[in-house]
Amino acid sequence: MTLEELQEIAQTELEKQLGFKHQINVCVAAGCLSCQSDVVKDAIQQEVVRRGLESTTRVKGVGCLGLCTAGPLLTVDDKTLYQGVTAADASDIVEALGGRSVQRLDCSIQMPFFSRQHKIVLENCGKIDPERIEEYIATGGYLALYKALTKITPPEVIDQISKSGLRGRGGAGFPTGLKWSMVSKSLNSTKYVICNADEGDPGAFMDRSVLESDPHRVIEGMALAAYAVGANHGFIYVRAEYPLAVKRLKIAISQAEKMGLLGYNIFNTTFSFDIKIRLGAGAFVCGEETALIASIEGRRGTPRPRPPFPAEFGLWGYPTLINNVETLANVAPIIAKGGEWFAGIGTEKSKGTKVFALAGRVKNTGLIEVPMGTLLRDIVFDIGGGIPDGGKFKAVQTGGPSGGCIPEQFLDMPVDYESLAKVGSIMGSGGMIIMDQTSCMVDVAKFFMEFCMSESCGKCVPCRVGTAQMHDILCKITDGNASQSDVAMLEDLCDLVRNTSLCGLGQTSPNPILSTMRYFKDEYMAHVVDKTCPSGTCKIHSPVGGVK
Amino acid sequence: MDPKPAVSSAPPKQPEDRRWRMVDRAMRLYGFQPHALIETLHAVQESFGYLDMDALKYVANGLKVPLSQVYGVATFYHFFSLKPAGEHTCVVCMGTACYIGGAADIIKGVSEKYAIAPGETTRDGKLSLVVARCIGSCGLAPAVVFDNEVDGKSTQKSVLEKLGRWTNS
Repeated sequence: MTLEELQEIAQTELEKQLGFKHQINVCVAAGCLSCQSDVVKDAIQQEVVRRGLESTTRVKGVGCLGLCTAGPLLTVDDKTLYQGVTAADASDIVEALGGRSVQRLDCSIQMPFFSRQHKIVLENCGKIDPERIEEYIATGGYLALYKALTKITPPEVIDQISKSGLRGRGGAGFPTGLKWSMVSKSLNSTKYVICNADEGDPGAFMDRSVLESDPHRVIEGMALAAYAVGANHGFIYVRAEYPLAVKRLKIAISQAEKMGLLGYNIFNTTFSFDIKIRLGAGAFVCGEETALIASIEGRRGTPRPRPPFPAEFGLWGYPTLINNVETLANVAPIIAKGGEWFAGIGTEKSKGTKVFALAGRVKNTGLIEVPMGTLLRDIVFDIGGGIPDGGKFKAVQTGGPSGGCIPEQFLDMPVDYESLAKVGSIMGSGGMIIMDQTSCMVDVAKFFMEFCMSESCGKCVPCRVGTAQMHDILCKITDGNASQSDVAMLEDLCDLVRNTSLCGLGQTSPNPILSTMRYFKDEYMAHVVDKTCPSGTCKIHSPVGGVK
Repeated sequence: MDPKPAVSSAPPKQPEDRRWRMVDRAMRLYGFQPHALIETLHAVQESFGYLDMDALKYVANGLKVPLSQVYGVATFYHFFSLKPAGEHTCVVCMGTACYIGGAADIIKGVSEKYAIAPGETTRDGKLSLVVARCIGSCGLAPAVVFDNEVDGKSTQKSVLEKLGRWTNS
């Protein structure tokens, strides 16, 4: 592959697209697929053929259009968005091409859900066919890789990433540039790059959407990372529960290999890089770096103490760089446009954008990407459209089982790494669950503790035993059998498990309890003292009036 | 998890069974190296639907990994099942969004009606109930998967209705 060949592919593809008068993009990411969007796509295609319009109208499957709640979604000529489409609407949609849109299916793209977003990671989502590399190349794909391999030295690539201020999107927010330079400094000739796509947080589907909608972006990011740190082999560790993402990744990798964008001597340089897929098998702890490495090595996914960090001693003992899907998806645009461009977006310490999976009791559920520092209120009420059915906002949960619940008084807080940490939550990988008055906060804490308890790998005692003990006490509270001393014990246990567990899973497992205790202590007290559940979620059987 | 996976009751698999070819292929792809263990177990589960003792022994032999380690890995990961699934499988997502949306109610309803706990199969082998951590369809919460087909915005009633069609009850 040479630059000329790459440009020719892009040119041919663009000309081909211009040859069509109309373009109908049907979302075939997992959310819409489960509402039979593939059937809709086939119906529209048939309708187009029936009317003999196939030479002027192109129907294609694209990645996530974002507003999952209104699926199946499709766009016509990138201007009109239709929601809740069924196969029966095909005729009307084709009929309306070029004229007035079909009113009953119309969904405004001017609404804040779309207009308030700023897309970098998701810029191609819903625009390109994820199963065709030509479309990715036509958007300028793999040009950043070409630029890096032929014009920039590896230290300069790392320098750009450092300048951009990009931080790990997997949860902890470690500066990406620093991580890369640690791996690059190691003198070992064998190094690995791993893409962590083991998105285990319940309530998060960002990585899945990126992989399903724009897999080449992640591959290009990995190749750039490998070039920067001096690695020649890569692994993508992806959940087996995401079959569609796995399928599209496999297609993308083989396409890139065929075109010489992966493999030996990429762009006729001395740089060689290959990527293999490894399937996870449903263990949340494998999101932890050392556990993930153990799993790729074919062992039980148990973490080990760090240091040594994977940057020095990783996969099979070699220096290994592990980055999250979203982090890697940010790399190609940074190299293409420069670190300063990226650093200009976001807040002082949190740069760029963040993808969130908005779910729970909110009108517009789906996938959004906003600049760091966007106010929580704007996300929930503007983009999310507020609480449905006249409900009242109670809390928003970020960071999954390692995060916390943020109450109403912090709605005007900017969403960035520091602000979230200040109120006792974390950025996490980007799940954002909104809760209304029907959710009991003790029950929510119990839900997460049950999760941590059964996902604990069992290696270290504080996590294995502590999470079970904390879960027991929470059950006692929600059953109305707890006393004040149980609550005190729970607080002690939180402290103990947090400070003595081996890995992040255990260390952060008390967070949901700590944050709900901090902001919703009255709910705990209502369960313990009055033996009632204010939201009516917990079924407490006790004499009227309660027992003190 | 069942400490003793089904061994004696099922007839031993024939080595010429075509399904083993998939497993052999997976092992060959990785040069029969021990680190291919998880990939190979995925291949077994894909071919046979679950992992039984014969399969674990076969994989242990093929990759030269102690059987104890194969068993350890097979039981560590939730994705692997050591028991055969029922004719139909109903997976209820228990991710946060689905939980907030009432997934616990759905599980309770199914458990009570069919007298099975999550992870179990009805006695007639018709239906398995599985609880998933998060299937990533949070926009459609609560999500339930009926034999690989995801169904969104479910309620206890809609799920029981669908299951009724499978079990004629």
